[in-house]
Amino acid sequence: MDFQLDSEQEALRDAVRALLTKAYDTSETRRAVTKQDPGWDDKTWRQLAEMGVLGLPFAEEDGGMGAGPAEVAIVAEEIGRVIAPEPFVEAVVLAGGLVAAAGTAEQRAEILGAVAEGGLVPAFAHTEPASRYELTATGVTASGSGDSWTLDGVKEPVLGGARADLLIVSAAVDGGTGLFLVKPDADGLTRTGYATFDGGRAARVAFDDTPATPLGEAGADQSDVIAATVAQAQIAYGHESLGAMETALRTTTEYLKTRKQFGVPLMTFQALTFRAADMYVSLELARSTVSWATLVLLDASTGSTSADEVAEAASRAKLQVSKAGRHIGQEAIQLHGGIGMTAEYSVGHYMSRLTAIDHALGDGRHHLNRLVSTLGDHSVVDPLP
Amino acid sequence: MKLQLSDEDAAFREEMHTFFTTQIPQDVRDTVAARRELSKEQIVASVQAMNAAGIAVPNWPVEWGGKDWTPLQRHIWHEEMQLANVPPPLPFNASMVGPVIAAFGSQEIKERFLPKTANLDIWWSQGFSEPDAGSDLASLRTTAVRDPSTGSGGAGEYVVNGQKTWTTLGQYGDWIFTLVRTDPSVKKQAGISFLLIDMSSPGVTVRPIELIDGGHEVNEVWFENVRVPAENLVGEENKGWDYAKFLLGNERVGVAPVGSTKRTLSQAKEYAKTAGPGGTSLLDDPLVAAQIADLENEILALELTALRVVANSADGKPHPASSVLKLRGTELQQAVTELFVDLAGPLALASGAGEGSDVPDLARVATPNYLNFRKASIYGGSNEVQRQIIAGTILGLRG
Repeated sequence: MDFQLDSEQEALRDAVRALLTKAYDTSETRRAVTKQDPGWDDKTWRQLAEMGVLGLPFAEEDGGMGAGPAEVAIVAEEIGRVIAPEPFVEAVVLAGGLVAAAGTAEQRAEILGAVAEGGLVPAFAHTEPASRYELTATGVTASGSGDSWTLDGVKEPVLGGARADLLIVSAAVDGGTGLFLVKPDADGLTRTGYATFDGGRAARVAFDDTPATPLGEAGADQSDVIAATVAQAQIAYGHESLGAMETALRTTTEYLKTRKQFGVPLMTFQALTFRAADMYVSLELARSTVSWATLVLLDASTGSTSADEVAEAASRAKLQVSKAGRHIGQEAIQLHGGIGMTAEYSVGHYMSRLTAIDHALGDGRHHLNRLVSTLGDHSVVDPLP
Repeated sequence: MKLQLSDEDAAFREEMHTFFTTQIPQDVRDTVAARRELSKEQIVASVQAMNAAGIAVPNWPVEWGGKDWTPLQRHIWHEEMQLANVPPPLPFNASMVGPVIAAFGSQEIKERFLPKTANLDIWWSQGFSEPDAGSDLASLRTTAVRDPSTGSGGAGEYVVNGQKTWTTLGQYGDWIFTLVRTDPSVKKQAGISFLLIDMSSPGVTVRPIELIDGGHEVNEVWFENVRVPAENLVGEENKGWDYAKFLLGNERVGVAPVGSTKRTLSQAKEYAKTAGPGGTSLLDDPLVAAQIADLENEILALELTALRVVANSADGKPHPASSVLKLRGTELQQAVTELFVDLAGPLALASGAGEGSDVPDLARVATPNYLNFRKASIYGGSNEVQRQIIAGTILGLRG
């Protein structure tokens, strides 16, 4: 088992880090960007596109870079380090990933090329007010045949749903859950956008006899594609969280070194430094599991790990990150004291973002539940396939 | 980045699995699986089976029986051993005094001790801690005063006086390696020497300490005017603290008890399948199932962290993340012993039951093991010491 990056991967990491730390030099810059719709910065998005980052996971014939999960992980982690609000995981890994996995050759070329160039930002409209973390669609239904379909129902909250240039919508079809493309100007489409607590954006998206184009085979059940793509996005979210947790911890330790009370630095107090040590332990354990999940995903492309193994690895990563993110986020604020509560200071925003990621695509309890369902199938958990 | 083991490492893993599951005496493996105490003879038999195959001391220099293995291969050796219910080689010999003698001892002292140490022909005890020197080990007070007028070869003898404590399995010890104060006039770390003492010497007394699990695992060792030939000094006089730091820091493979904790959890899960009322499965209890699934995930994270640490350990220096492994490894080890008590439920009270009891053996041993393993977060540098190392060395938080 080898967790090391190669030199090209290190170069990618350094380039993305340089771009993002320049774009988000202070938390005030991020705060200003997230106050304005769409909640992220178009210039930064274009720069990411120019660097090739937005087409990273897509095949070259579809207009992408043909890179893999390791490169996606690197970018996601850098996004997390500065909690850049650009929707890399949501638009590229998740929504783009669905098109890559389910789309026809024409759809892939048309959509993914535009995503890679930064000109088209898609969103996956899946969560329904009553669906919790289920991967099936029930509240939005599709009817039609051939290329002529319409959708009815409500999706909410849809991350990035108001700004999206293209909606990829899951909807109930005969025998399962299908995927459909809906354009922003479609008849009977109502999008009501709002801000989320982490500076992001979400929307209520209502469909009323709204025309939609099947993604891939018309009327087919795409549950397997959804599950596989969601697993990839869960792992990428894990990396985004790692970046955020690392910064939250570093910010906290810097504060303990510099902030003085009773005439001495806070790091004089063992009650505080021991808690920082525990945060480090949480971070390193989460890093191990998330990095391993990426290795499991890497091996799926050669067929040496199965879809079920990837889904399980994603659940394991998401559970570990859920626990670590809560621990580190909560302690980062507590060890700062009052300043950590303020919107002007960075650390609270990190906790907010970690909380948002935790509740996207399944929180720790949800994934623990999934692991419980296969508890009796193995004697020990062996990290090797 | 790569998930799979190389073909070579995969073959190595298979080889280790086969060895440990076929070449170690079955009664030893059964005793470990039953979570019962091993006898001295069982521990010796197990080590000698490994040593006969040349794999008892892979961490030693090759010329003294070590193996030119990668850190990953040593990790695999250690994991497969534990998964097969094989006790790791006696740490006092294999991980403590052996590497110190090999690194700092004279040629003569190496030849005299290393082969017998590897084969457990000499059973070593550890004489470090004292009643007033626990985490603050350097404040130890056992003295060794050189008397140049006696002994063979004109080198003289040390006269040792003082008391050591927490000497694990000292009742079996043939020899004891000690830290003794040879210069009381300098800074406390600078006046300590590393001295080897024959436990059959006049003036050495071993007294048992009974622990909360009712067992006799540790001892007090008293020294009253014990005369020790000066040639039993390892390395240089007053350099003992450096050797002790080497000893305590040189192991990063096996710092965290991953394999044994995995195996015990697997055993607990199996036990749970019939431990419910009327023989039903406790895995159908959502709280039990969630706790076990969560522990499995935490142990996976620990194992993967251990793999990351061994992968980055080419320079041979202690990796600061070793403290993470020790801290989290012992927490999880304790959590699994605690789980076993909960699974045993009321049967956990039957710890003293003997023949004719209807209580399964695993339920009887659950609580003594739980109580016994409270030691894990105290020994080897308490978990608070590990937090201090993480905060200071890794995070740069120095009070």
